Amino acid sequence: MYKNYDVIIIGSGVIGSSVARELSKYKLKTAVLEKMPDVCCGTSARNSGVLHAGFNNKPGSKMARFCVEGNAGFDKLAAELDIPFRRTGKLIVGFTPEDREKLEQLKEQGEKNGVPGLKIVDKAFIKSKLPYVEGEFAMWSGSTAILSPFEYTIALAENACMNGVDFFFGHEVTGISDNDGQYIITAGTEDFRAKYVINCAGLYSDKIARMLGTDEYTIYPCKGEYYIFDKKLGAKLPVPAYPVPNIKTGGLGIHLTPSVEGNVFVGPSNEYIDDTEDYATEKDVLEMLIRDGLKIFPYLTRDMFIRNFTGIRPKLVSKSEGGYHDFVIERREETPRAINLIGIESPGLTSAQPIAREVAGLLGEVCKLVPDPDFNPYRKGIVTFRDKTPEEQAKLIEENPDYGEIICRCETITKAEVLAAINNPLGVHTVTGIKYRCRTMMGRCQGGYCQMRVTDLIQQETGCKPEEVIYNRKGAYIFTGRVR
Amino acid sequence: MMEMLKKKAAIIGGGPAGLSAAVKLYESGVKDIIILEREPRLGGILNQCIHDGFGLARFREALSGPEYAGRYIDKVHEYGIEYLTDCMVINLTGDKEITADTSKGLVHIKADAVILAMGCRERPRGAMSIPGDRPSGVFTAGVAQNYINIRNEAIGKNIVILGSGDIGLIMARRLTLEGAKVLGVYEIAKYPGGLPRNIEQCLNDYDIPLYLNTTVTRIKGRSRLESVVVSEVDENFNPVAGSEREIKCDTLILSVGLIPENEISLMAGVELDPRTQGPKIDAYGQSSVPGIFAVGNALKVYDLVDNVSVEAERIAEAVKAYLDGALSGAKAAVDLDRFIIPKPKYLPGKAESDTERQIVCIMCPNGCLMDVKHEGNKLISCEGYSCPRGLEYAGEEISAPRRNFASLVKVNGGELPLVSVRLTGVIPKEKIFEVESEIQKAETDAPVKRGQVIISNVLSLGVDVIATKDIQICRNFDKNSQEMK
Repeated sequence: MYKNYDVIIIGSGVIGSSVARELSKYKLKTAVLEKMPDVCCGTSARNSGVLHAGFNNKPGSKMARFCVEGNAGFDKLAAELDIPFRRTGKLIVGFTPEDREKLEQLKEQGEKNGVPGLKIVDKAFIKSKLPYVEGEFAMWSGSTAILSPFEYTIALAENACMNGVDFFFGHEVTGISDNDGQYIITAGTEDFRAKYVINCAGLYSDKIARMLGTDEYTIYPCKGEYYIFDKKLGAKLPVPAYPVPNIKTGGLGIHLTPSVEGNVFVGPSNEYIDDTEDYATEKDVLEMLIRDGLKIFPYLTRDMFIRNFTGIRPKLVSKSEGGYHDFVIERREETPRAINLIGIESPGLTSAQPIAREVAGLLGEVCKLVPDPDFNPYRKGIVTFRDKTPEEQAKLIEENPDYGEIICRCETITKAEVLAAINNPLGVHTVTGIKYRCRTMMGRCQGGYCQMRVTDLIQQETGCKPEEVIYNRKGAYIFTGRVR
Repeated sequence: MMEMLKKKAAIIGGGPAGLSAAVKLYESGVKDIIILEREPRLGGILNQCIHDGFGLARFREALSGPEYAGRYIDKVHEYGIEYLTDCMVINLTGDKEITADTSKGLVHIKADAVILAMGCRERPRGAMSIPGDRPSGVFTAGVAQNYINIRNEAIGKNIVILGSGDIGLIMARRLTLEGAKVLGVYEIAKYPGGLPRNIEQCLNDYDIPLYLNTTVTRIKGRSRLESVVVSEVDENFNPVAGSEREIKCDTLILSVGLIPENEISLMAGVELDPRTQGPKIDAYGQSSVPGIFAVGNALKVYDLVDNVSVEAERIAEAVKAYLDGALSGAKAAVDLDRFIIPKPKYLPGKAESDTERQIVCIMCPNGCLMDVKHEGNKLISCEGYSCPRGLEYAGEEISAPRRNFASLVKVNGGELPLVSVRLTGVIPKEKIFEVESEIQKAETDAPVKRGQVIISNVLSLGVDVIATKDIQICRNFDKNSQEMK
């Protein structure tokens, strides 16, 4: 028995989710196959959470065009999806004449790309924006913003789901064959049939491309490790602060970014690895992050550590080549019903919406796209308690007494929010999935208070046994059973 | 405008510190008070500390945590002291206005004095930057304790414990009694962090090895924890290259320090003391904000709950003086350094010869190290004890060692799935596992009363297994599925 669709999207990171939402605007039967138990389990969740302006990318590249477009269109999108997002601007601070020269070049490049609001500023300007950050001069980018990468991806996927896209989690694609104009896709223990396949598999996009008949591409996984610092530090860093980038290494340098919730992120490192699953953090790298971060923000103390983590970039250039390869988004002559998206690294988060439109355009060349008049672009997020006035809070509790029970003490998250997160439209019940949706376990005690309550509520809402509660992925059980 | 409740004193936190302060305030004549507790019941962390050894100083009795809390909770009920449970304080101003979240709505309280008694939290993995993967199976000791003792959820089978703080030691014993294999306790310092009596009765009694100058330097496992790498450290706590050992395990318990919980204090503008990470206080326990006092682990991390109570009671007297406008004339209530028991810098000894050995007395937290000479079962001499109980214990330990211990019994139809239990007296040490097995087989129905006999004269050893906390009937209990709804 096959599950039949018009379009199958492989991968539910920000790109797969954005493509899913874009295609849900048309009368198409679409499914997303994801090997993990949730959207946003890889690169999309593990980054700086910055909506880039588009000055770092080569003029004329897809990266430059989509980044600038994605940035400009984000206000509308964030309003539709009801997600947190803040146009903070960004400072790239420099110290030496060489730094200044590079900043001038960046500014020129940015202007070629159509980035608005770039200017070279003096120390007084730096201090007016970021009194605690070091730097002799800087480039100011007014359009740079910060967002929550997981809330963004989840919102895209939820909106796609509302508009009829089916999501299959725990469905790793293990085989694809093309039979008389239909792709047969084996994923998990099921077979799917679809006329069109869109490869949004991120770190695995080269493997999926091979299954689709193209062995031209190789993904070079490149680790980026980060520290997360306490919100207490957030007041000192309201705006992202970057060093002048080293073009050769292909990273933006160890930078400091406030999160939309007021934490401070420091990172990322740049380590090419062989193992696409290696999310480990390394002692010497973590120490390097602090050393480098301290150069521009001398307040990174151990007592402010919340956590550290690793993201992996799906790079199309090897370590010896360095730098960036442009996004590959193509429908090849020999496989006209397959679209490959390969090497979607930074600025992929920013570019997700224009990339999705590009995919719809490529699909439209071979498939008649009929707009669906029932498409609803609006998705409502979880109503949060912590940012309301006491009057609003009182009203929330009156309407729903679960707002009167705090589950997470550090982030002031109520039972109502956790229940809404557990009963999410995508049907995700991992502990990390709940965390991404309502911020439980993200505070300074890292779940010391709330994790027991969250695992209770997961069991209560889903009726699962303790040993069926999953932390973040298959096999990541938390309990071995009951004590008695 | 929302209604503002006026109180002489408001106590934030209904654990041992808050309860002790409230009871003392009431007894000294300040009766217009309220305790605000975030959990469904009073007692704080003691509800999950089911082991015995509490109350030796305060009540001259060996009580379990829930029983110790119960003593104060009884007083709260007897006096009719007002309290709210399921009530989380979400704001405190310098003017001593409190906002708390409850399912019946926001509660606003204006108090003349506020006592901060929020307790402390555990240092998590992230705060320590242990490198490696991030699998499931890494728990702080208190979280593990809560899962097992309160929520009836087993957390793993092959356990490594990092840090030799008391909670880690207690959990080593608890997990062993529950059938898990504790592979070792690893301590980065030269000496154990916990009390010597806990090294003795939680590790040595169960042959659990303690490795000093050693720490976990890597966590491995992409789904569930698969192993940890431990390394010896030099005098600067840096790992010694070449000393790494990989230990297969499915669970890592972190017992690596507690941090006073002061987010609410900071909202009110209370200054913190970098030494204790609790509020800076004067000799009366008053913080930098007049009328806001701090007690218990929110003030500084204590080793013993008895000292929490004694000091909270003194500070409560100072609060009474403050409310009477007589604080400046009152006698000093607190010296931050007092009550910190100097940690004995020694390791409990193992048998050294057939006729001589070192014994750590477990009768009280002092944990006296005694040099004992004996011939077979007969005590010849004993040095190093500081009270008669020590000498008595040494004699018994040579001839017929005996222990009390705590465990859990399944409750049907209760608001909680388990009731904590202990023995009414000591039993031969070698009978512990047999008795534990009897306890594991037992079941009881809600309601359960503290002190209720669960197993009478267990294995004809002349002691009973008694409940150490009250369990009410759960209103939403589903008899068919035997599960809480």
